[in-house]
Amino acid sequence: MAEELLKRTFKVRGRDFDKAGETSAEVKAILKDIGIDPGIMRRAGVVTFEAEMNVVMYADRATVTFILTDEDISIEVADQGPGIPDLELAMQEGYSTASDEMREMGFGFGMGLPNIKKNSDTFILESEVGKGTRVFSAIRLDSSDAAHARI
Amino acid sequence: MKLSEIRDLLQGTVLTGGDHLNIEVETAAASDGMSEVLASPLLGSLLITGLTNIQSVRTADVADISAILYVRGKRPNERTIQLAREKKIVLIATALGMFDTCGILRNHGIKGAT
Repeated sequence: MAEELLKRTFKVRGRDFDKAGETSAEVKAILKDIGIDPGIMRRAGVVTFEAEMNVVMYADRATVTFILTDEDISIEVADQGPGIPDLELAMQEGYSTASDEMREMGFGFGMGLPNIKKNSDTFILESEVGKGTRVFSAIRLDSSDAAHARI
Repeated sequence: MKLSEIRDLLQGTVLTGGDHLNIEVETAAASDGMSEVLASPLLGSLLITGLTNIQSVRTADVADISAILYVRGKRPNERTIQLAREKKIVLIATALGMFDTCGILRNHGIKGAT
């Protein structure tokens, strides 16, 4: 059984483009203080940032739960929002339902969920239309950056 | 190539990070889509973009990118520059377009990070 070393929760508000990215910056700062491998830190940052941007673009609000154990980092983003009707379609690179406004922010090109999956050792996506979406990602501390970056 | 050489080649203006122009850049990612940049497999690259909002700096921070080069004469607002200053990310603006910027840097040995 992995030993839990640190747990933090963050609230993310939908449509708050100005603050979007603050949670991932905090997660990265925590990992930097601890002295986590830069490759692992980058992967955790990308996962949190992409998930956070999805919340800001599509959902009303979300809770981000970050847990560090002696084996891995896990990031869970559970939102209250419209949900995703077709998970398989949502996972296709390039598929997006983003508006022009979202694209002007530099996001919504259909890369977010695939990017989260690529950077995860364990990836779970669950959604209920009309209720919300849950994204779970775990990154093993002993996994190499290179093995994931080129998948 | 040093950031100071990139600034000179592109007749760029340094918006913040003037103390860090000795950073060496070997690879660059060019896109207005931030997820494209985050999907890039290489670390420590230069980000070339026309996207001047605060998400450009947040993306560079998450992806460990040390400098952003804004093209087409576009400038970020003061809050974006301030965040870059806090995160120690160099910001340079050039009047050149994306295509010419990439061509010049590629001719001088900078490789694509994607």
